[in-house]
Amino acid sequence: MSGLKLAVAAVAVLGLAACSNNRWDDTANGGAGAGAGLGAGALDPASPAYFQQTIGDRVLFAVDQSTLSPAAQGILQGQARWLTQNADYVVTIEGHADEQGTREYNLALGARRANAAREYLISQGVAGHRMKVVSYGKERPLEICSEEACYAKNRRAVTVLAGGLTG
Amino acid sequence: MRKILAALLIGAAAAAGAGAAMAQDGPLRIEIDQGVIEPLPYAVPDFVPETPAASEYAAQIARVIAADLSGTGLFREVPASAHISKVTGFDSPVKYADWKAVNAQALITGAVSVNGNQLTVRFRGHDVFAEKELGTGLQFTGTTDGWRRMAHKVADAIYSRITGESGYFDSRVVYVSESGPKNDRRKRLAVMDYDGANVQYLTNSASIVLAPRFSPTGDRVLYTSYESGFPQIHVLDVGQVQRKVLSSGDGTMSFAPRFAPDGRTIVYSQTQGGNTDLFSMDINTGAKTRLTSAPSIETAPSFSPDGSQIVFESDRSGSQQLYVMPAGGGEARRISFGQGRYGTPVWSPRGDMIAFTKQNKGRFHIGVMRTDGSEERLLTASFLDEGPTWAPNGRVIMFTRESQGSAGRALLYSVDITGRNLKPVKTPDGASDPAWSPLQN
Repeated sequence: MSGLKLAVAAVAVLGLAACSNNRWDDTANGGAGAGAGLGAGALDPASPAYFQQTIGDRVLFAVDQSTLSPAAQGILQGQARWLTQNADYVVTIEGHADEQGTREYNLALGARRANAAREYLISQGVAGHRMKVVSYGKERPLEICSEEACYAKNRRAVTVLAGGLTG
Repeated sequence: MRKILAALLIGAAAAAGAGAAMAQDGPLRIEIDQGVIEPLPYAVPDFVPETPAASEYAAQIARVIAADLSGTGLFREVPASAHISKVTGFDSPVKYADWKAVNAQALITGAVSVNGNQLTVRFRGHDVFAEKELGTGLQFTGTTDGWRRMAHKVADAIYSRITGESGYFDSRVVYVSESGPKNDRRKRLAVMDYDGANVQYLTNSASIVLAPRFSPTGDRVLYTSYESGFPQIHVLDVGQVQRKVLSSGDGTMSFAPRFAPDGRTIVYSQTQGGNTDLFSMDINTGAKTRLTSAPSIETAPSFSPDGSQIVFESDRSGSQQLYVMPAGGGEARRISFGQGRYGTPVWSPRGDMIAFTKQNKGRFHIGVMRTDGSEERLLTASFLDEGPTWAPNGRVIMFTRESQGSAGRALLYSVDITGRNLKPVKTPDGASDPAWSPLQN
């Protein structure tokens, strides 16, 4: 793993933090074109909203794949730092697939994706017992058009916070 | 509960009719395997009501029989408006000339009587041009609320006599009823007659439910539910609507359960650490056996009807493909080698074929192949066809077809294994994941 790449990805994430919507969509494309500079408001860095919106609670995957892109790794590094600093939280990582696949295969594929995120978070120092994984396969799409623009957003692993004493 | 008490041969006339059934060279024979065929014209006049309370059933039973037979695409009804003679008595002589004149090659006559809540249906089939009875007359007795089943049994008998295949009309389908938009879809288990009648809901829509399967005797249903927050295997007694969770809720995912022919063993997928493998379980003792241990995805298993083998899908080669292995695990042999990805294999109840879903070049197909993978034949093509299930006679396949786009919804379709007679199956709402029951007793 190249330290330089990781640093670039982390910068991209920070840049995106100021962007109001669709930041995870842009990060999936490597963070290109992120518009920085607009004020994001004063989110408490220890809040779940900060985790979701500023760190980014999800990573996206290529078709039928569960490997983590450099951009996805950058987001997960941010998640790992946040989870290390906010040790009260446990998480469920939800894996999802787009509709272009059979139901049970997509369940297994979603599990692979969620597990890839979990393993990466473990490698970044988050304790395994804090993280469950569950797959919804193609049962819970976010976007419902039948085009790659939507499919790309549906192929995701989402880190959902639970059990926070402060949140 | 609807129950059919007896199927009896009809006395003296039956003996006379038996001779006709033996005649192999009669005109009334449909070879289902043949290519394009002209549907066989038949007439089914209203059955004769023999008690006052029977009149409400007499016409309806004939209509259900006609819907069954014509629905196969193998038969074409000569409508009542074309009939010349009226059947007024079940034992009156049939005026064959009147039926020949309207070119009805087969004629079905029957009588209905009601005694309390007991309904008795008698029927005979006739080979019009041979002027003979078609097989033996039969009688079914059951409760009045089971009248549709008796109609299906009559249609099964007629279908069976003319095609030489066993019937499939007296059967049920368990499926997932769907409502709401794609991004907030509500799912609940439902069971219905094969033709969409008598829909009954088995779960509420509070949790996602997936991919039900009937037990070999049709009394229980295995399915996957998210009730615990994680996909877990449940078994449900259809008559009692009582449920039991078969897999533990400790955060591991289990899904894709299917019964073995013994009705006691199940095979299913379990996910540990992102890896999905196949396991079997004795549902009485809970004892589990691991069947595969590969880093790839192994899921969507299906037993051969003799219980000796399992067909399943795996992406161990890099993409979803079909494999066959011994039921106890062991070396798996790949059987799918065409272009694209293959999933959801289902072994035919006749044992001779495997139905599957194929994805290729952005399209989905339902197809069939021999159990060694030879003679692959695609039956359908659409944006998203998935999840075939076999009619009890192994001649018809039902599956899910999901339409494209943000307003897309899932509906059930059926198609013959020849690829003919593709048509939607009527359901009150959206529907997916059909699983056909065996023929009812």
